[in-house]
Amino acid sequence: MWKSKARAAATPPKSAGDGAPASAWSRLSRSLTRTRRQIASGIGDLLRGQRAIDAELLEELETSLLAADVGVAATDRIVDGLKKRVSRRELTDTTALHAALAAELVAILAPVASPLVIGAERPHVVLVVGVNGVGKTTLIGKLARRLGAEGHSVLLAAGDTFRAAAVEQLAEWGARNNVPVIAQGQGADSASVIFDTLTAAKARGVDVVLADTAGRLQAKTGLMEELRKIKRVMGRHAASAPHEVLLVLDAGVGQNALSQVREFDKAVGVTSLAVTKLDGTAKGGVLVAIAANFGLPVRFVGVGEGILDLQPFDAAAFVHALLRPGD
Amino acid sequence: MFDSLSERLTAALRSVSGRSRLAEDNIAGAMREVRVALLEADVALSVVRRFTEEVRQRAIGQEINASLNAGQAFVQVVHEELVRTMGEANDALNLATNPPAVVLMAGLQGAGKTATTAKLARHLMERERKRVSVVSADVHRPAAIEQLRALSDEVGARFIPSAVGEAPVAIAKRALADARTRFDDVLIVDTAGRLAIDERMMAEIAQIHAAIDPIETLFVVDAMTGQDAAITAKAFNDALPLTGVVLAKVDGDARGGAALSVRSVTGKPIKFLAAGEKTDALEPFHPDRVASRILGMGDVLTLIEEAERKVDQRKARRLAGKLTTGRKFDLADYREQLQQMGNLGGAESLLEKLPGVGMLPEQARARLDEALFRRMIVIIDSMTPRERRFPDLIDGSRKRRIAAGSGTQVQDVNRLLKQHRQTQKVAKKTMRKGGMQRLARGLEAGSQAASRGGPPRRRQRRRRR
Repeated sequence: MWKSKARAAATPPKSAGDGAPASAWSRLSRSLTRTRRQIASGIGDLLRGQRAIDAELLEELETSLLAADVGVAATDRIVDGLKKRVSRRELTDTTALHAALAAELVAILAPVASPLVIGAERPHVVLVVGVNGVGKTTLIGKLARRLGAEGHSVLLAAGDTFRAAAVEQLAEWGARNNVPVIAQGQGADSASVIFDTLTAAKARGVDVVLADTAGRLQAKTGLMEELRKIKRVMGRHAASAPHEVLLVLDAGVGQNALSQVREFDKAVGVTSLAVTKLDGTAKGGVLVAIAANFGLPVRFVGVGEGILDLQPFDAAAFVHALLRPGD
Repeated sequence: MFDSLSERLTAALRSVSGRSRLAEDNIAGAMREVRVALLEADVALSVVRRFTEEVRQRAIGQEINASLNAGQAFVQVVHEELVRTMGEANDALNLATNPPAVVLMAGLQGAGKTATTAKLARHLMERERKRVSVVSADVHRPAAIEQLRALSDEVGARFIPSAVGEAPVAIAKRALADARTRFDDVLIVDTAGRLAIDERMMAEIAQIHAAIDPIETLFVVDAMTGQDAAITAKAFNDALPLTGVVLAKVDGDARGGAALSVRSVTGKPIKFLAAGEKTDALEPFHPDRVASRILGMGDVLTLIEEAERKVDQRKARRLAGKLTTGRKFDLADYREQLQQMGNLGGAESLLEKLPGVGMLPEQARARLDEALFRRMIVIIDSMTPRERRFPDLIDGSRKRRIAAGSGTQVQDVNRLLKQHRQTQKVAKKTMRKGGMQRLARGLEAGSQAASRGGPPRRRQRRRRR
């Protein structure tokens, strides 16, 4: 499945568009128009004009990757690899170059595309963390809905006890999806709210607990320490909890995302990622650098405002949408 | 980081040595380094291109100052050009109109509009003595209105209620009429986050704008934004007559290249930096400081200004005097210095603004918090006045007594004494410029000493509000 998609991504646009079944796909590709256009300006020329591979062309590729937030280091690595293959005459025409770039991106991203799996232990606990304003609470709302539709019982922990009305926001999502929320109100101790939720989840035999936390910038040592404490306290409930520490990234973020992953991982051991707001003009290309550097699984992408717009991450679709020449 | 950039530039400019001017043929490598530095700081690619071209123009023919090496001279050119591009000086909010002066907030989801609304309200009330009311036209995000209500209660601004069922345009109009009859000076209208490509939502905010004719329309942008900052800012600027920009979440470790992108693309001044969780964390924008950040130089000036606002000037001057001469900076003085640093809002926020903090070992950063200051002060409090004046008196037996009295270990007392000696020493060495810089340096020295002593202690900190 992978392979066929990877190939689809690598072949010229006409055949690539065919047989793209899921709406997830079209949504994602629509949402990635921007990235696509950026990269497409280089690739498109190359396909149409049948240009020879020259330094200028490689530089255009480089530019496209940089403009998609892939970052200097990752871009250099990718472009250098392509250059080497060009100089070894492995890549002689533009189509092959295009295919090689797509394959390279897929090779980086494919290993990290891995959906959320609810383990056997009950409750399965997901701790959701991230910097301010990335959309943690919204993601939890959508995820609760999704898990509910899959037949899991879900309990939400209103662990963002700092931001004004964060508890109300989560409660509203709970009410919309008919999912109970455990809360103590603003100013309460976050670790204690989450601990209570775990206790309640056990008593009620709930399948999944989604624990919200306050947004915090990774440079704030004290707040990161608080997060460590939350995790410690969860561990007291069940040694295996939290089963998943999900770091939420905003698609619009630049190279700071690498620091976010590094610092959150250092504090609480991030086990997976989600990328929100991919439906805008933001490109999310930093995921390539993150995948190359950290190899953390990417569980979800948020591609819209609607409650159904939370999709599993599909690397081939992501790259395909990224590289497909403009509409 | 600044050092590393200037070192990299120095290396790239090695061929320049022996020549008196920068010239086209010898700056190519340096231009590449500048480009990489800007891209790493998330400046948008189109802006990087334009900007590096300007830097190149300016650098060519530049004389190499004898006191600076070529790399430093080049950094200076880049820094000056950054400052020039971002606007020379801070642009204040324009409220000169028939009251109420209406301020409309716009931006993407999660940029920080609601928090900034509250901070701005507080800023206008406290620093400009305005009567401020706020209203939320965000009927989309659950509990957004409730969030603004809670925040405005906290800062004491008048909250004009709105409801999810109401049309945003109607809310804005009603709030304006309300603010007018109540003779408010300023009305701040918070709006829902929206994507620039969402035509329906962009039309909605354009309608709000038309209905209430704000004198200021502020675009709030997250300092961590990448290349998208330029695209989004342009789209908002095309849809709305923006008058200024607020750069939010500046208190993290992002280099903030978005500031340059947004400024360059819209041509609109950046008016404020929102830098902190508390509602007083709104600072006027100073291009030179953000320029330093983008180049990874840290933000020493903001630190100094903040220090000046919060520190007892008389005491500070006296301390500075003692530090300068290096004589009689005893433990009582050290205690005062520690207390002043505590007043700065904890070492964390202070540290984030210092250059080179990224390179401090994490242990050192973690240990530099208020609890540490407090403990050090407690140790000094357990000494006799005589011991404070003559630290040399403190022998093993006295150390044991002090440790017992302050509930600490003898090692803690030793560490404090060592840090005091080091502060004295460092202070003597770095005694040329302003008083606060000195305190900051002393702190850095202290942190290094702290990081050397023993394993980090687990400490549970409650979040400050």
